Amino acid sequence: MIARDATAAAVGSGLRSGKRDWSGRLFASALLGSLLAALVILVALLWEVVAKGMPVLTERGVDFLAAGPSSLPAEAGIGAALAGSFVMIIIVTVVAFPIGIGAAVYLEEYARDTWLTRAIATNVRNLAGVPSIVYGILGLVLFVEALNRVVDIRDLGSLLSGGLTLSVLVLPIVIITTSEALRSVPRSLREAAFGVGATRWETIRYHVLPAAAPGILTGTVLSLARAFGETAPLLLVGVSTGFFSTGGADTIERLLRSPYSAVPMQILNWSLFPNPAFKSLAAAGIVVMMTILLLVNGVAIWLRNRYERAW
Amino acid sequence: MASAKPIVTAADLRGGSARRRRETAIRGSFAIAAGLSIVISAIIILSLIGNAISFLRQIDLSWLVAGGWFPRSDQFSIATVFVGTFIVAGVAMLIAVPLGLGAAIYLSEYASARARRTLKPVIELLAGIPSIVVGFFALTLISPDIVQRLFPSATFFNLLAAGIGVGILSTPLVATVAEDALRAVPQSLREGAYGLGARRRLTSTRVVVPAATSGIVAAVILGFSRAVGETMVVLMVAGGTGGSSFTINALGPGQTATGAMAALAVGTDQVKGSSAAFQSLFFVGLLLFVVTFALNVTSARFVRRARRHG
Repeated sequence: MIARDATAAAVGSGLRSGKRDWSGRLFASALLGSLLAALVILVALLWEVVAKGMPVLTERGVDFLAAGPSSLPAEAGIGAALAGSFVMIIIVTVVAFPIGIGAAVYLEEYARDTWLTRAIATNVRNLAGVPSIVYGILGLVLFVEALNRVVDIRDLGSLLSGGLTLSVLVLPIVIITTSEALRSVPRSLREAAFGVGATRWETIRYHVLPAAAPGILTGTVLSLARAFGETAPLLLVGVSTGFFSTGGADTIERLLRSPYSAVPMQILNWSLFPNPAFKSLAAAGIVVMMTILLLVNGVAIWLRNRYERAW
Repeated sequence: MASAKPIVTAADLRGGSARRRRETAIRGSFAIAAGLSIVISAIIILSLIGNAISFLRQIDLSWLVAGGWFPRSDQFSIATVFVGTFIVAGVAMLIAVPLGLGAAIYLSEYASARARRTLKPVIELLAGIPSIVVGFFALTLISPDIVQRLFPSATFFNLLAAGIGVGILSTPLVATVAEDALRAVPQSLREGAYGLGARRRLTSTRVVVPAATSGIVAAVILGFSRAVGETMVVLMVAGGTGGSSFTINALGPGQTATGAMAALAVGTDQVKGSSAAFQSLFFVGLLLFVVTFALNVTSARFVRRARRHG
């Protein structure tokens, strides 16, 4: 009752007031202002990074992209870190995608609506909200300590542990996006396949998955981008153990073994040095990372627009 | 013509035993993949609880209420790290709630379809920025050029700059969840308000926003949870890497739960192995997990309520 009276009074005063609704305009510009503030933050952030990092990139060029870690700012580069991130991304692709897509297919296509199914679905959503550093603890216990007991992982050590930890981190995202893509495929498609005698797997393999592929692909590519930019869990699985190795990394083996092995880790280490020359290196590293992320996101959007179908 | 024999029988459709075996095997392996998520949760919870208990056994419980968080000298003041966490998350919310909700209401209620297409990517781009980049931004610009200029008494490493950085990271999450909630409000409600002569502002603030309250609350809680769990910005600018005394001063250095864990992990606290100091990592991790889990469950409950009433 009170709410209705208040609304009626407010509406009445709105109708009776003059032609120009100044407070309404003020409200609209405040709303637009908050969006523009977000835009300003975005531009300032990119400007800050590009302004600090571009000189390094233009001066050093390919050398910065290829060189390994060094205690001399003029010789340090992001090559070893790029190689490490690349290897970890491949591990994520091999481990998280099949498991994540398989889990989503089970939840959406096979499982009946039981308490267990609902528990798994709820659990996946909760896992997606766990802070990334907690995944670092999982990685430390499972992929460093336990894995070390099974196989001697010292040679590929940190990379394998890091890659597996990132795989677990993006797994819930892969499951959720794949589930959404599967849900958008109309039932009639499945019923048609069942109707001509296809088994459940044949229906999924030849009809549901191809129809859901654009959505699945977009989701998986975006989860790769997430894994690429993630730092916090890697802190715990020992990707960065030392500060500097001696000399540049000249062979692939040395690249893989060098203590720096992920782009965001390298950026973190450079950022924390007081020497401003290293800050510029960090900015240049961020420019490289953001360029890769933009390309990856661009590919995801292109895939979605190219293959997306409205049912 | 005599009665036609069925061309395909049920037996034909069932297929051979090999085909059925393959079906069962595939179904089984997908079920295992789905079950793996439960295993992951179990391992996370068990390893946190197990190690947290072994930490508590190693220490004298009075160390938990010490004057600060200095793992090297057996001071594990839980209050220090969680007050720090809530200062950072609170500052973050001062940024993320107005910006995120303002952007959400504008995109959902005010923007034309074309304006939405051009402005929405701003939020999406912001969401795609890794936290390490915002950490760098906080270190090189927010702290020296904004915080220290506005508050000359602020130290270079301070909780306020960390909070602002974390706020930038939480904004897109608040904006997208709130916008989804606002767009889910039925169009008929808006038309009813317009029909009564309400202008756009009144329709937004008195009709649409109240109808979407549950979803908006969910967005704010989710943003807060994200802020509590954010690590990199805090590690880089909060200044707690070597430990921190109890503080409620946002302009000075402090420690948060995530920052304490990261500092233990990268070894700036000079601890290793199974010492109590290193094990405190798991204890703080467990508390962090419990806090964010409670926040996420509450948020999910509000989303469900929004769906029921929407």
